[in-house]
Amino acid sequence: MANTANADFKTRLQTWLPKLVLSPSLALMLVFVYGFIIFSVYLSFTDSRLLPSFGWVGLENYSKLWRLSHWETSIMNMGVFAFLYIGICTFLGLSLAIFLDQKIRGEGFIRTIYLYPMALSFIVTGTAWKWFLDPGIGLENVMQSWGWTSFEFDWIKNSDFAIYTVVLAAVWQTSGFVMAMFLAGLRGIDNEILKAAQMDGASNWNLYRRIIIPQLRPAFLSAFVILSHLAIKTFDLVIALTGGGPGRATELPATFMYSYTFSRNQMGIGAASATIMLMTIAAIMIPYLYAELREKK
Amino acid sequence: MSIASQDTAIRTGRVTRMLIYLVLLLFALFYMLPLYVMVVNSVKPLDEITGGGMMNLPQVLTFEPWAKAWSSAQIGVEPTGLSPYFWNSIKMVVPAVAISTVLGALNGYVLTKWRFKYDTIVFGLILFACFIPFQIVLIPMAKMLGLMGLAGTTSGLVLVHVVYGVGFTTLYFRNYYAVFPTELIRAAQIDGAGFFRIFWRILLPSSGPIAVVSIIWQFTNIWNDFLFGASFAGADSQPMTVALNNLVQASHGVKEYNVHFAGAILAALPTLLVYIVAGRYFVRGLMAGSVKG
Repeated sequence: MANTANADFKTRLQTWLPKLVLSPSLALMLVFVYGFIIFSVYLSFTDSRLLPSFGWVGLENYSKLWRLSHWETSIMNMGVFAFLYIGICTFLGLSLAIFLDQKIRGEGFIRTIYLYPMALSFIVTGTAWKWFLDPGIGLENVMQSWGWTSFEFDWIKNSDFAIYTVVLAAVWQTSGFVMAMFLAGLRGIDNEILKAAQMDGASNWNLYRRIIIPQLRPAFLSAFVILSHLAIKTFDLVIALTGGGPGRATELPATFMYSYTFSRNQMGIGAASATIMLMTIAAIMIPYLYAELREKK
Repeated sequence: MSIASQDTAIRTGRVTRMLIYLVLLLFALFYMLPLYVMVVNSVKPLDEITGGGMMNLPQVLTFEPWAKAWSSAQIGVEPTGLSPYFWNSIKMVVPAVAISTVLGALNGYVLTKWRFKYDTIVFGLILFACFIPFQIVLIPMAKMLGLMGLAGTTSGLVLVHVVYGVGFTTLYFRNYYAVFPTELIRAAQIDGAGFFRIFWRILLPSSGPIAVVSIIWQFTNIWNDFLFGASFAGADSQPMTVALNNLVQASHGVKEYNVHFAGAILAALPTLLVYIVAGRYFVRGLMAGSVKG
């Protein structure tokens, strides 16, 4: 009798154990991710300034936010940055992957060189590029000391061009990774189809345009999702490279949120900007994750 | 989806091949450039840099910038160098990586081998959490750490990194265990093996490759994190990235570029070493996680 009760308890434990093991992580997620998201979104409708406060102000923070020229600059910069960063990384990654896929000697070595920037912190990347692009000691100075005295390259100090230096450093950091994604995609393509097409006299250009690149759709999609999510989150690179300057020329939503929340004591507006960032990422990620998860069922 | 060494069927002419090699070489130079600049200028006296010699090899070789960056450079208000912050980072990274990897392995195991109703939704919730912009959690997290008495501590940072890292580790282990034969598990169950015994005896022994991936991923991300360090660290728990930024952005005194470069290399060294030693697994894992999903 006692024995069966014991066995019964054991079976019941075994059915509960998996859920029990999963529950701490799930609880952490529900509180620290979803609970916090609700809290932040709620704050964006309150009059919080230095500290969270719960006086409801409706959409006031949002209407204030969209009237701020500082936010407008951040959004415009985000547009320019994301467009160029995603575009250049994809183009460069695909081109380099195709080149590297031509039975290249020393492929492994080249791949290592292309990929190592991924391992670095954006603060390190930012520091290196900051001084390399600095007109006083970097490229401009070097070129002038080599005799090209009229050489000028002051983009990092020029508010019209500084955002492009952020693009440059970010592309440097991630394009190798995108290359690896496309390379993996290329290696997954069936050679037999290519051989058949070659037999029919298709040129290399047409092979890539008509057969290979269309087959890389999943790699394009993953690259786009990862790059757009990295673009929206870009924060440390700007801090290290330009500090958001000169002036506000390289402010992005992430740096805007940080300075409004923590240095300007406009927490309500900061929370509103964070909410907009979340919505943007959700608009990209949710359809992607939904499709991915449904496929797997 | 590892990068196999299989070649394409594409045939190219000699001139095309020369051009391809040229382009590949030029890009190799582009990717090496910042590293070259950092290394070369970290062993030069300052006047060689300011005199327009940034691209030149050092005329006088000196390791003083390294010594200074490590032990005596002014960071914030104290002339401590980067060394205390290096250890802060270690103290934060090691437990955070260990805890998040163990949790990820267990979660992956449950989500693939002990499926239950709504498990896909649970996984979806965990997965989406990987991709949120962290700005959305900064304010409540600061408040929560304060309430828990963890504000400004290394333990607080460990908690933060575990919470926002466990999604990725779960994703890795889940994808890895998904292709592990479920028959083996069923057979062991019939033999009377329980939940933990199956995990310990059957899944864990073959989890080496994915554990390496998870550890490398977490190590790189946490070591390189700046946002959480800058937002939640106190004076004696600041990680390396925050200290490096303080060193480089300091507005007082002469800008010691050589010390900045040496500091940047010191901050990059752990992750670079990991990448060089175990990079193959890293790439393979990233592919498995992102392309296959």
